[in-house]
Amino acid sequence: MAANLKTAPARPYDVARVRADFPILATTVHGHPLAYLDSAASSQRPRAVLQAIEDYETHSHANVHRGVHALSQAATAAFEGARERVRRFINASSVREVIFVRGTTEGINLVAQSYARPSLRPGDEILISALEHHANIVPWQMVCEQTGAVLKVAPINRRGELEFEAYLKLLSPRTRIVGVAHVSNALGTILPVQRIIEAAHAAGAVVVVDGAQAVPHIPVDVQALGADFYAFSGHKLYGPTGIGVLYGREQLLRAMPPWQGGGDMILTVSFEKTTYNELPYRLEAGTPNISGAVGLAAAMDYVEGLGIEAIAAHEHRLLQQATAELLRIPGIELIGTAAAKASVLSFTMKGVHPHDLGTILDSQGVAVRTGHHCAMPVMTFFGVPATARASFGCYNDESDIAALVRGLNKVREVFG
Amino acid sequence: MQLQDLYRDLILDHNRHPRNFGRLGAPARQALGHNPLCGDQLTVFVRLEGEKLADVRFEGSGCAISTASASLMTEAVKGKDRATVGALYDQVHALLTEDGAQPDASLGKLAALSGVREFPARVKCATLCWHTLNAALGEGSATVSTE
Ligand SMILES: Cc1ncc(COP(=O)(O)O)c(C=O)c1O
Repeated sequence: MAANLKTAPARPYDVARVRADFPILATTVHGHPLAYLDSAASSQRPRAVLQAIEDYETHSHANVHRGVHALSQAATAAFEGARERVRRFINASSVREVIFVRGTTEGINLVAQSYARPSLRPGDEILISALEHHANIVPWQMVCEQTGAVLKVAPINRRGELEFEAYLKLLSPRTRIVGVAHVSNALGTILPVQRIIEAAHAAGAVVVVDGAQAVPHIPVDVQALGADFYAFSGHKLYGPTGIGVLYGREQLLRAMPPWQGGGDMILTVSFEKTTYNELPYRLEAGTPNISGAVGLAAAMDYVEGLGIEAIAAHEHRLLQQATAELLRIPGIELIGTAAAKASVLSFTMKGVHPHDLGTILDSQGVAVRTGHHCAMPVMTFFGVPATARASFGCYNDESDIAALVRGLNKVREVFG
Repeated sequence: MQLQDLYRDLILDHNRHPRNFGRLGAPARQALGHNPLCGDQLTVFVRLEGEKLADVRFEGSGCAISTASASLMTEAVKGKDRATVGALYDQVHALLTEDGAQPDASLGKLAALSGVREFPARVKCATLCWHTLNAALGEGSATVSTE
């Protein structure tokens, strides 16, 4: 992770102040202070995001792109302002490249149905990695069924890293699309997306990056990466649920047929012929999630206020400390030990099913995710039915790690 | 919410040393139960003699609650007839899901599962084996899922 830090944080990271920004962290759970270690599933929202949504709903709401009245204009300004905020956050070259969607899942499905489906021919290949979230597997399987294209999978090693040489070997003139996670949600692995993209482009393939777990932890510059498509979700970036972004290179988006029809995506409609709107509206049918976009923009302001590098450095310290402390507990095995890792600690405890572990931790106020993390092929690869996963966000601190360790000792106590 | 009500000694013991663990060959009936949420998976085997469950075994992998529940279930239903097993199923279901349900003496060791009710996320773990047994005894699909 440290390799990703461009600049050292200007001032010391004040985690106590960050914690105070998140009202939910004051919750007690079963009589214990909440130790929220499940940000990889969904992060919490700072007051600034809640406030921005409330302000919008209180003072500016109407439908967008429709009315001449004052509120409609205010709503449109808020919504389009949010789009510009997103553009800057990921350094897209134009707001026409920022498509609002429900989340990562919808973004990838949009690419699969609107870019891949019309262009793939039988025998064409889609190449993904073995550590993908189901959201970056199933849409491709569906499009393979629809087009006769073939899904190929680049393997990972026992540390949970992409086997880069094997990936290169799988690239061929038949490879039309490469789909990879920027950061694995189940293992925490940071993938070398820039090198992956360079190789894919050299082979003539287009790359779709699943950035759901990357945007909260890594500065993302879609132009520097060279990504053709980049999808992420607001709710993992301290923003609301139901809003996400699909970035796409304009040249590719322009050639894509709309994937849903309705209002907003048209210029003119008659029963004989309909003409479609410009980008990005052509790919956004229907009334969008306006307050969600406003909340997401506020979340991006918040993250940039803290500094994404500063957040990443803080989380990296926590990850290292938690890793060291967990390894001291008998029977703990880490799943995912890549050299480059972000904010995720997946593990099992010998003789204890992760589900039981999760219940006992919950009884101590410690929220972790247990299960297959929507990455069943990863579980199969490591030969486990499930893992427990602690994941860190900008607001976690040593007290959360201490609570986790206490909780795991409690698990040992119960299961002897 | 009391952890020691969930993980009673009897539950932990049946998790560590599940009874009637293993397979039964044909002509025994079998059904597969699956809880996609946590990956629990178990197969229940039943050999019927007329209306009687002459032998019952199970195998699979799961959490302590699902393993112990399956182990306790096999002990409780072995040698009983279908009607008795059906009544037992209803009792266990009530115990696991109905507020204030008190274990009846006829439940025997199964009463140890009463603590599960306080942990709503875990009720499905305890009921999976019973649904699976039902499927094995029934005519319909031989695969059940909690979702
Ligand atoms: C790597 C990865 N991809 C995709 C998703 C799906 O995101 P969403 O459910 O917000 O669409 C997730 C969320 O769990 C994820 O971690």
